Amino acid sequence: MFLGGERTGTVSSAVKCLWNKNLDGIVAMFMVFFQVPFGLLQRPAMEKWSLMTITVLLALTVRWTVSLGSYSGAGRPPMYGDYEAQRHWQEVTYNLPIRQWYFNTSDNNLLYWGLDYPPLTAYHSFLCAYIAKLINPDWIALHTSRGYESQPHKLFMRTTVFVADLLVYIPAVILYCFSLKETSTKKKVSSALCILLYPGLILIDHGHFQYNSVSLGFALWGVLCLSYDWDLLGSVAFCLALNYKQMELYHSLPFFCYLLGKCFKKGLKGKGLILLIKIAGTVVVSFAVCWLPFCTDMAQIMQVLRRLFPIDRGLFEDKVANIWCSLSVLIKIKNIVSPQTQLKLSFAVTFLSLLPTCIKLTIQPSLRGFKFALVSCALSFFLFSFQVHEKSILLVSVMLPLLLKDGLLLPYAVTTLAFLSICVASFSIFEKTSAEDLQLKPFSLSLKGYVSWFKSFPKIVRSLFLLSVTLMGLLSLASAAVSPPQRLPDLFPVSVSLVSCLHFLLFWVYFNIVILWDSKNRSQKKIS
Amino acid sequence: MAAGGRGWFRALALGVSFLKCLLIPAYYSTDFEVHRNWLAITHNLPLSQWYYEATSEWTLDYPPFFAWFEFALSHVAKYFDPKMLVIENLNYTSRATIFFQRFSVICTDLLFIYAVRECCRCVNGKRAAKDILEKPTFILAVLLLWNFGLLIVDHIHFQYNGFLFGLMLLSVARLCQKRYLEGALLFAVLLHFKHIYVYVAPAYGIYLLRSYCFTANNADGSLKWRSFSLLHVTLLGLIVCLVSALSLGPFIVLGQLPQVISRLFPFKRGLCHAYWAPNFWALYNAVDKALTIFGLKCNFLDPTKIPKASMTGGLVQEFQHTVLPSVTPLATLICTFISILPSVFCLWFKPQGPRGFLQCLVLCALSSFMFGWHVHEKAILLAILPLSLLSVQRAKDAGIYLILTTTGHFSLFPLLFTSPELPIKILLMLLFTVYSFSSLKSLFRRERPLLTWLETIYLVQLVPLEIFCEIIFPLTPWKRHFPFVPLLLTSVYCALGVTYAWLKLYLSVLTERIPARQKAE
Repeated sequence: MFLGGERTGTVSSAVKCLWNKNLDGIVAMFMVFFQVPFGLLQRPAMEKWSLMTITVLLALTVRWTVSLGSYSGAGRPPMYGDYEAQRHWQEVTYNLPIRQWYFNTSDNNLLYWGLDYPPLTAYHSFLCAYIAKLINPDWIALHTSRGYESQPHKLFMRTTVFVADLLVYIPAVILYCFSLKETSTKKKVSSALCILLYPGLILIDHGHFQYNSVSLGFALWGVLCLSYDWDLLGSVAFCLALNYKQMELYHSLPFFCYLLGKCFKKGLKGKGLILLIKIAGTVVVSFAVCWLPFCTDMAQIMQVLRRLFPIDRGLFEDKVANIWCSLSVLIKIKNIVSPQTQLKLSFAVTFLSLLPTCIKLTIQPSLRGFKFALVSCALSFFLFSFQVHEKSILLVSVMLPLLLKDGLLLPYAVTTLAFLSICVASFSIFEKTSAEDLQLKPFSLSLKGYVSWFKSFPKIVRSLFLLSVTLMGLLSLASAAVSPPQRLPDLFPVSVSLVSCLHFLLFWVYFNIVILWDSKNRSQKKIS
Repeated sequence: MAAGGRGWFRALALGVSFLKCLLIPAYYSTDFEVHRNWLAITHNLPLSQWYYEATSEWTLDYPPFFAWFEFALSHVAKYFDPKMLVIENLNYTSRATIFFQRFSVICTDLLFIYAVRECCRCVNGKRAAKDILEKPTFILAVLLLWNFGLLIVDHIHFQYNGFLFGLMLLSVARLCQKRYLEGALLFAVLLHFKHIYVYVAPAYGIYLLRSYCFTANNADGSLKWRSFSLLHVTLLGLIVCLVSALSLGPFIVLGQLPQVISRLFPFKRGLCHAYWAPNFWALYNAVDKALTIFGLKCNFLDPTKIPKASMTGGLVQEFQHTVLPSVTPLATLICTFISILPSVFCLWFKPQGPRGFLQCLVLCALSSFMFGWHVHEKAILLAILPLSLLSVQRAKDAGIYLILTTTGHFSLFPLLFTSPELPIKILLMLLFTVYSFSSLKSLFRRERPLLTWLETIYLVQLVPLEIFCEIIFPLTPWKRHFPFVPLLLTSVYCALGVTYAWLKLYLSVLTERIPARQKAE
């Protein structure tokens, strides 16, 4: 460990010149980095490093085996699917000047998978296109490469996702799990295993084909940095995430509120103000850097923004498991209300649903509350906001119809079952679910004052869990095997989204309860 | 993990089964077509024509029980896709066919899982650690269930080794539990499923004779001749004869035995497979090749007289050595016999119970792998799997196990040569190797290091070798003129390791003293 200490010393002294404060955070980060090789050398026992290596290898193996399967829109002209979209973006970004990327021109038909993600995605596509050009120029030839499909090309595209995942997401998960305090090695490893083997992300990224792991990975880096009190780097990481996918806006409010609350806590007149200015400066600078090529012209920026937030598309598109879509089974909102009102309505409801969590977080900023707020705010956005995509909530059961369409049934069944069994085994849901574990103790205590019969909270949760699992299993089975009745062709997709929506609502309520009833002394005692 | 009790075993088995399911869309070799053809043959033709049918080049060359197994499978297969059961449909593939064939392998692996469970029960829990991850039984279960070689040979390359090894491990477990008759029956059945297991038959024969037919030992551990039990011999003989009669009987009645035998033992094939298995003959060929080149350089040899030898060119063919004498099937047979002999003597004169039997079993498998005629690289699994049982019990064996598995598994790499499978094989190999090293190291952490520094260097050099063979070599101009160089390098380099492990294991068995406590038993 002596050598390790020395090295962290030299590195941190270099960083010291840049940031005078937050040294502890830097040292902690580098400690984590340098422990990896030393841990491998020093301890002969089956220690956490070899266990972590095995976990990562397992996760990578599963990712690659899933990617052997089919992808979205394989062999289905004329529009194909997300795979073709990504390939098309490579084609566009490589062949066209940067000014034309987001504009409809004769070379860039925006109706055919026009670029509608923020600049970082475009840069990523450009980078991939550059490599593709080296291997086979046909893959990204302008116009002629439309709908290009071949085995080597699939291999290339799969590799790009794999590499992005390996570079951004997986290290973040590993470091995050090690940053968890007050848990045993085994617990850390099993939580890493659960996060890494989470089927939603694997199936969408490596099966259906998208790059969600990049934006999620950046966001996770942000969380990680914040948990080491390295606020500036955390906000940079989150800006990157936001500039990779606008979907990360779901997570933006907790970040904002947490950092704001931290500034308040330090006192708005002294240190807090300086911190606030620093953070604001960092955010502005990192945004400016990402948008630099588009800053030449106001029209450019406006066009990009219009592409990112297509307000004219309506409240929701397909079968999405949010409130609006579920309500439309009863009331056809889309037909009754004008698009402008729809926008205002959804905005108002989303805002209201976010408010309690955000206020709580701003007043009492704690890491624990921050993490819960991330989940609950994302859920609020998903449930109530405008133009939501089913992929934006990376939950497997929601995407079942989508995956069925791609012919990814087998990977779906296998990975989901595996994940469920791992979770059941490692969290032992059936054995010892208690109010304490569910973080519901304060709530149930306060509730007991009013309702005397309310004792068996764990029991309810357990039966609810069983019920939901069987329900989802039945629905999966039905939509895979049974053909729907003629009068109701959308029966199964709609019921899947309804059931999921119900779940999400429940979870949203649950998380809000946890956050709001979380007393202050407790949160300080157990920051993890 | 936290489920405790036997829950971890279920988790391991379930996990690996899920992984197998994910491998369904992966690449498969010609063995897939081989088994489809056998399904068709056994389904459509009467028994009398099974071993004569030759529409496809992949004729039935496994013993009758395996043919019956295919026959049974074919009656399930007809519900999936009847077209795969047409003999003339050569190279037929459909989604249903692939799914059925792959799934049949996964399902028959249940036997293997059961056998592993039985084997885990035989391992003594003396070293019972508090942590489940450091229990010998847990480590053994992972080493067997998640075995890299078995995974890629069965579930990517496509073969039915899983349930065959299951039969073998089950018979080993039964012998360890002193249920000799069951063990003998299982092994006899296994022999009629796949005759490659005849290589380890000497170990079974001698062990059964020594500890079942003779019921007692003298005080010093030598044999008590008077304890011979005629009843036990008769029972054993009866079992073996009955099983053989059941399997070969119909063909004897039909007068087809010579035809069956000629199909089972095709000595027309060459000394080495197209890709040399990493054994003694790979080294022999390499030395011959080196001498030829050396001779040509120094003008000792006449270039016109040298046969155009493309040893690892591709097809299975007979190969003429230029400098060293050519090897005949009989020579390999004698070599194999001689190399097996000492281990069998050891088993007879230094009985050590199940441990000695396992050692002899591994040595028989390894010796025949070293010197056999037309050995496949997959045959190394025959030694690796039983050695796993030994490796969790003694540090010395664990060291040998690490060398043998790493080189043996590495030598399986050329089986998968398609680029989508490249990451899979590397990841799975790393997964298994990292686990086996770290778990065995933690199991024997109180004893001396498992590997010497020289062995470590040898194993680490596999990494640059793999990088050279898979990445650097295809980019060089030699690729067109010497396409066999990566295969040659791999097999020769691995042959060194396998030979070393074989010698080390032999030495440790021969020089081992019987502990005084065991003598008394």
